[in-house]
This record gives sequence, C-alpha cells and structure tokens, in this order.
Amino acid sequence: MANPSAVCNGHLHHHHHQKQNNLLKSGISKKNGITKGMKKNGVSNGTLYKKTFIEHFEQAPMYVAVFTFVGFAVGTIFGYLRDFMRAWGLEKRNIAAEREQQKDFVPLYQDFENFYTRNLYLRIRDNWNRPICSVPGPQFDLMERVTDDYNWTFRFTGRTIKNVINMGSYNYLGFAETDVNALKTVTIELEKYGTGVCSTRQEMGTLDKHVELEKLVATFLGVEDAMVFGMGFATNSMNIPALVGKGCLILSDELNHTSLVLGARLSGATIRIFKHNNMQSLEKLLRDAIVYGQPRTHRAWRKIIILVEGIYSMEGSIVRLPEIVSLKNKYKAYLYLDEAHSIGAVGATGRGVVEYFGMSPDDVDVLMGTFTKSFGAAGGYIAGKKGLVDFLRTHSHSAVYATSMCPAVAEQIIRAMKCLMGLDGTTQGLQRVRQLEKNTRYFRRKLHEMGFIIYGNDDSPVVPLLLYMPGKIGAFARRMLEKNIGVVVVGFPATPITESRARFCVSAAHTREMLDTVLNALDELGDFLHLKYSRYSKSSHPELYEESRLELED
Amino acid sequence: KRVRDTRTKLAPAYHLILEGILILWIIRLLFSKTYKLQERSDLTLKEKEELIEEWQPEPLVPPVPKDHPALNYNIVSGPPTHIITVNGKECINFASFNFLGLLNNEKVKSAAQASLKKYGVGTCGPRGFYGTFDVHLELEERLAKFMRTEEAIIYSYGFATIASAIPAYSKRGDIVFVDEAACFAIQKGLQASRSNIKLFKHNDMADLERLLKEQETEDQKNPRKARVTRRFIVVEGLYMNTGDICPLPELIKLKYKYKVRIFLEESLSFGVLGEHGRGITEHFGINIDDIDLISANMENSLASIGGFCCGRSFIIDHQRLSGQGYCFSASLPPLLAAAAIEALNIMEDSPDIFQTLRAKCERIHKALQGISGLKVVGESFSPALHLQLEESCGSRENDVKLLKRVVDYCMNSGIALTQARYLEKEEKCLPPPRTRTGQICVELDCCFLIPLSHIIRISVLHCIVTSRFFH
Repeated sequence: MANPSAVCNGHLHHHHHQKQNNLLKSGISKKNGITKGMKKNGVSNGTLYKKTFIEHFEQAPMYVAVFTFVGFAVGTIFGYLRDFMRAWGLEKRNIAAEREQQKDFVPLYQDFENFYTRNLYLRIRDNWNRPICSVPGPQFDLMERVTDDYNWTFRFTGRTIKNVINMGSYNYLGFAETDVNALKTVTIELEKYGTGVCSTRQEMGTLDKHVELEKLVATFLGVEDAMVFGMGFATNSMNIPALVGKGCLILSDELNHTSLVLGARLSGATIRIFKHNNMQSLEKLLRDAIVYGQPRTHRAWRKIIILVEGIYSMEGSIVRLPEIVSLKNKYKAYLYLDEAHSIGAVGATGRGVVEYFGMSPDDVDVLMGTFTKSFGAAGGYIAGKKGLVDFLRTHSHSAVYATSMCPAVAEQIIRAMKCLMGLDGTTQGLQRVRQLEKNTRYFRRKLHEMGFIIYGNDDSPVVPLLLYMPGKIGAFARRMLEKNIGVVVVGFPATPITESRARFCVSAAHTREMLDTVLNALDELGDFLHLKYSRYSKSSHPELYEESRLELED
Repeated sequence: KRVRDTRTKLAPAYHLILEGILILWIIRLLFSKTYKLQERSDLTLKEKEELIEEWQPEPLVPPVPKDHPALNYNIVSGPPTHIITVNGKECINFASFNFLGLLNNEKVKSAAQASLKKYGVGTCGPRGFYGTFDVHLELEERLAKFMRTEEAIIYSYGFATIASAIPAYSKRGDIVFVDEAACFAIQKGLQASRSNIKLFKHNDMADLERLLKEQETEDQKNPRKARVTRRFIVVEGLYMNTGDICPLPELIKLKYKYKVRIFLEESLSFGVLGEHGRGITEHFGINIDDIDLISANMENSLASIGGFCCGRSFIIDHQRLSGQGYCFSASLPPLLAAAAIEALNIMEDSPDIFQTLRAKCERIHKALQGISGLKVVGESFSPALHLQLEESCGSRENDVKLLKRVVDYCMNSGIALTQARYLEKEEKCLPPPRTRTGQICVELDCCFLIPLSHIIRISVLHCIVTSRFFH
C-alpha cells in the first residue's frame, strides 16, 4: 500500500522540471490514480499548463493503516457489546423511541443502518454542529456546551468562548464581516425590499436586484449571460436535470459533491464515474462511450457531459482543467464545472480555476458556482452562453418552482463582487485575493515542513491534514478547541474509511499572528498525538517567515 | 474359425476409426458456432477513431424561441408588497404568496437589520461545520413550540425541505402513496428516494384505500419482505396545484388501519389555516402527533426564505445526518432566520390576522363567482385562487395564450395576477392552465376587492370576444 520510494513535499518546485514530474510520479498515491496523469502532464506540460501543477497525495506508512483498522475494529466490537447490553437492559437506552401507538408499524429505521452513528459517531459528536454566536469571520465566538450523558444530549452553559480562531468557515476572501461601511448598501436594500420575495422567478419574483446581479455576474466571469438561484446546493440539483436526460451520459468525478450526484440522479441520464482527477480514466470512459454507445441498444449517446469541481472540498485538489478541456474538445463532450470552492479563491483576480489556468471562460460550457463561500452570502449561479442561460430561464426547476433570492443577500454578492472587480474604486478586492494566496502558501508550506501529511494543490486554500485513526479525530478537535482554535474534522463516510482528516480553510482575513498561533498549536499537538506521518519533511526547524507583513485593512 | 476371428477383430478397428472420425466431426460441429463467434474481431483502433470522428452530439441545449413567455420576465422594481411596480407600472399585487403581509413589515425588517449588524450576511458553512448559529437554534425551538411538536429542523431553501425530507426516510424498495396533484418539490423528493411510488387520484380516499388494500394482499404473499418495507402517504395540506385541502381525518383513519406513516406538506396552509395559523391540523382539530412529519416553507406566510420540518424528535432528528439539503448545504443566512422569528412573534401576538385573511379570501372567492368563461378552483378560504377556463379553446397552447391576455389586460388595469407556471414535460400530472391570484393580503383594503372581480370580468369578456374574433 505504501510506496517505498515516495518522494513528496512542498519544495519540489525548486527542482528541475522533468525531474520534478518523475519525483512526483512516485510520490503520489496510486489510489488517486494520478500517477499516470502526471506522466502525461510531464510530456504535455509545455502546451497545456502555463505553470507547474503540483498536487500531493502522500501515502502514510503501513503501520498507520494497520492501526486505523484496529481502531475501527475496537470501536465496532465495543459497539456490538453496548448494543447487546442495551438490548438486555444493562445499559440505559437514550435513543428517542417510536410512539406507543405506532409500535406495530414497520420500523422507520433498521438497527444496523444506525450502528455507525450510534456507536462511533456519537462518541465524538461534540466536534460537529458547534453553535456560534457571532459573525463567522477570522475569529468567532462559540456557545459553550457540555454533555452529561456522553454526547446523547448537550446542555448550554450560557457562557461563550470568545475569539476562537476560525479555521473552518469557507470565508476565503473575508467577506463575512460586519463592518458598517462595507454593509452600508446591504442595509439600504434590506430596508427597501424586506427579506422575502414570496414568488418564483417565472411568476412575480424577478426583482430588478436579480437582473442587476445577473448582469454583474456575467461581466465578472466574462461570459454572455448568467442566472442566479437561491441556494447553491439546489443550483446543481435543480439544473442538471434540465440540461441532460434519458439517452445522455454523465461522466462524474468520484469525489463530486452530493448536490452534483443528486442532480445527476434526478436527470435520469446514465452516470459513469471516473477516478478522481484521473485523465486516463476519463478518456477511457469517453472513448468507450462513443465507440460502444448506450448499453443494450447500442444507440449513440445523445450527448455526453463531464461533471467536475474546481477545488475538491475534501481533498484540496484542483481540477486538471486544461487536460479536461482538451479531452472534451477531442471527444465533443460538454463540460459542467462547479466552482463552489474555487470562485474567488483562486486565480490572479479571483475568477476561479479558469483564470488560474489562464484559460478562457468559453472553454467551459457550463460555469456553475456558489455565493456561499468567497462572497459570504448564499445562493449559486450558472453562467455561459446566452443560449444556455435562456434555456435555463425557461426550463430550470428552480426558476419555475422555487422562491427567488432574497434581495439583501443579492446586494451582499453585488458589493463583494464589485469590490473584487475594483468597481468600488479601491484595490481592496485584489488585495484580499493576494492575501489569500499568500496565506495559503504560507500555511501549507509550514505544515509540510512540520511533517504533516497534507493533501491537495499548493494553491488551494482548502487544506486537509490527515489524521487517519478514528480515535484521533475527537482528540484533535477537542484539544484544538482548548487552544481556542475551531477546526473541522471529517471521517467516514465523508472520506474513505482509512483517511480521516482535519480540514482547514485559509482565509484572506486571517492575520499572520492567527496563522502562527494555529501553526504553533498544530506543531505541539502533532507531536503529542503523533500526527507527523510524512517521511519527507524538509526541515525539522521551520524557517521564519521573511516577507513583510501585509494587513488587510489598509 | 481363425480367419473369422481375425475378421471380427479387424472389423471393430475400422469401426473405431470411423466412429472416431464421426465423434470428431460432431465435436467440430458442436464447437463450430463458437469458432464463428471468435471470428468476430474487436474494433481496430482505426475503426474506433472513425466512430469517434463520426459521432455528433446533440447541442447542449436546444434553442429557445425568442418570444417564449418565460424569457420575458415581469421585472418588479422595489419590494413586492401589496402595491407592486411591474415593468414600471404600479399595480395592486394579487400575484405573490405574501399572505400575511409580513414582507414589508417594519418589525420584521428591524429584526433582520439587527441580525445583519451582528452576524453579517452569509454563514460560510453547512450546519455541521460552524454554520449553526444561535438564531438557527432559536428559530427551530420557536417553530417547534408554535407547531406544538417536539422538534423542528430548518433548511435554507423552501424547495429543498420536503425534497430532502422524503428521501431521508423512504429508500429503495419502500412504498410511497402520493396524491397525483402533489407539488413539484414532492415529486422530486420521491424521485430522489427511488422508492416505489403509487399515485392515487386527487383527494380520492376510495382510490387510496384501493391501493392500500392491494398492497395488503401483496404483503400477505411475502410477509418477510413486508416486515421491512416502510410505507408512507405524502399529501399536501392546501394543494398548490388545485387550491383545495386534503381530507386529513380520513387519511388518519387509513393511517392506523393500514399502518402507513403520513408526511404532510404545508407550505400554503402554514400560517393560513387554523385559528392560530398552525395549518391543516388545527383546521381539522387533529392531534399533531398523528402526523409523522410536517414540512412547510418559510417563503409564503413568514415572508422569509427557507423551510422547516417538524414532528417528534424520533423522526426529525434523523434528518440532521440524513437530510441532504440540510447536511450538504450552507445554512440559512442569520438575518433570514431572525426575520422568520419576528414573523412568528407577530403571528403569535395577533391571532386575529388569520380570521381577517380568511374573511377576505371568502369575500374575494364569492366576488369572482359567475364570471362567464372562467371558473374559480379551490376552497373558499384558500388564499391562492386559481381561475381556470370553463371551456378549453382546443389546445393547451391556445388556453395559455388566452389566459395570458387576461393577465395582461388586468395588468394594464393596475391589477397584477400571474399565470401558474409549470414545466409541462416534467410534471407527473400536469394541471390545466390557470391564472393564480396568489396574494390576498390582509393589509389590503377591502374596497380593492370589487374592482378586482370587475376588472377580471371585463378582461375575460374582452379577451374572449377578441379571440373569437381572431379565430
């Protein structure tokens, strides 16, 4: 499982170009299937990629995998034991019970379905859904809660834990803020329009604010037209069915977000999965699809659409867009790009992965993104050619049946986007993008140096730090909270069972002090919990940050 | 004798050879088919390239005609309250679901403003990852208390609420009995659940019972399977597509008789029906615990955004890990949650608004009776009324055109109505074309009611006469 010759760290870009690819080739886990892709990258790098494209998926040592499975096994055995005790009344059952009158109904849940939740998730449940009571900026206030019955229920103490450093929110550009001047226009619009709309886009719910926002989004992305929707998740799940249907083929990355999966399922099209970011796997599926046509009937597919994300939120990897675009052009497929995490977060001026790779928005057929993350608002958009957007205006499920976006939220997006485009007369937007890039690089480099295994692209503000063992998930998150740092931890089923991880989202609003505090805490905790699995850390003495400090508010 | 012996010895040898050859022949015959199959060679690389070269996909989207009604939106400038500016013309608004007139309420607005000041706009995360705010918890508690249930859960989008709730419980192999007039969100939820779906005729309890009985006999054949097959009835309190209510008392009888759980969609009836606006359960005086799950959106009466489900903790809590629209989506912006809390406050403080609303609904329903050519569909107390052509003029397309002219005429006379829009190809049972007067706002002065019916009357006359003329 572990690759003995794995060489992978954050300093590869200092090496010679060709050598770098060879090194990476051996350093990348086979599971992610990038090995061959890298090789190809090495050959075509000069034409497809304008800058080096480095992603890390270092394999942990063998013993880690063994202990991870042992951890799950112990948890499972205890789970069975306790289920047994509960069944015999030796342990109190805290689970909410079925109503007396409905005891003879078919059970709503099968016992085994909830085994994992009841026996493993419950033990570390306190690390999720932590309620906050302030703006989710670089620091937030948490409501302190305690449990008297081992996480079955929580009780609020009434105290707040102040100024916890927020490494969890998707506030990439720091637009989740309460600055009165920044929110001035939002306040005005909220006063003017109120909160709701009470109608759908096609009936009486298209406000002038929506039209303004759609025009701005189209200009921002450099496309002909755009349409906005009230919820990011629904943007995918309610529009993909409008675009494809029976007799169409969807090629979907294995790590795509649930909303894309749901949209694909609702569409009625055939779905095939390719390995994460693996171009060989994708090309094989494309070739086979066209050559052999639909299963059984062998009719030609009506159309083929490739669903990918810009930045994968659990891996921190960036889509291999140049290769995908060349494949889709070669095989006449269409490309649907979900930029939920990448819009605003990468690219020289924050215009997402298309700009990051120096490509044209015309290369992508459907540009989708959300406003929840970088723009600190809510909702999503689909942008592209006018024909596409016109079709969605008439056929999108959302346009016909769902209430349109709250005008004050629309104004928040407008003001954030204007700031990013420099239309507010300042360079603040650009500074935020630069600051985010700097913070990302700094944070990732330091973690590499400390010897943690972190996944993903050097430029991705989503930073997964691998914990592996189930027991360490809870320990890590709790101890970080003790140090006043709020982190996100994820385990199975959101990740593969052996790859539990912590995920940091770097923000432009994080100051160097905050990042250093987090890094120091991580360094300490990494030693305590033995999390520094990487065998390729460059230096055990992290070098000092030498660049001049750059603050946001100037 | 000796010669004969050698003969007898020799003869079998020839036989053996002959038989051997025959056997080989048979074997060859037996396998000859396979030989032919093997001869079918795989496509060569060149042939594959040719196929790839040849393949022409359909365009990503078909072209949309420029005059498609949905492309020419009505653009509303300013807030869509009871006076609305549509395409620059000021109208009285009968087209939005702002039933209680809370959209522009000063108290609601100032609650939202205070929240904006404290929390900003977005939550920047799903509920699990620091997207749970104290206001969300407060709203959930308030909704549960208002509905008199154990627990409530909020979603950030009305449509996603029931569409996520159904597949959280009903899985592949389970059975859902659903009214054929069910709204689109329910249809999508059912599709996502991949359960076995049985449609019964709209509000036809006999038809539902027939299906339940059929299922019962089916179950007796395979009791082992029946023990793990969950079954649900999904109905709406006040139907979006028809404007009438479900016969809840009968449904509950059927529920206990056939041991089926009831999921109730109350987007239109929540904040409308019942003495305190608790919806259809209060309207019928039914114990809310008899309903397994109630879902409603906060986009109509509450005039905010989002939706909620409520019921017993045993049921609702499951969605916190299994409701896709809950787990995998950013949470509701706090200012919208704060607005919903304030709207609930108003509903609790002034229960007489529901009586006012009801009176107005009945009054307008009455006023719209007897317009030649149009009939009013739905209950008299439903705040969403549908006007439908009494006689179709032949095709759906022509009906839609005629109704559009009615709507346009009303708009010119200062009354905003809307055509009920459907995705005609996607709907399971497409309702006939209708004009909807969505909003009957309680703040609206009653003197407006007379001109409404008057103008509709004239416009219908006008349109029908001119359309006959054109034909």
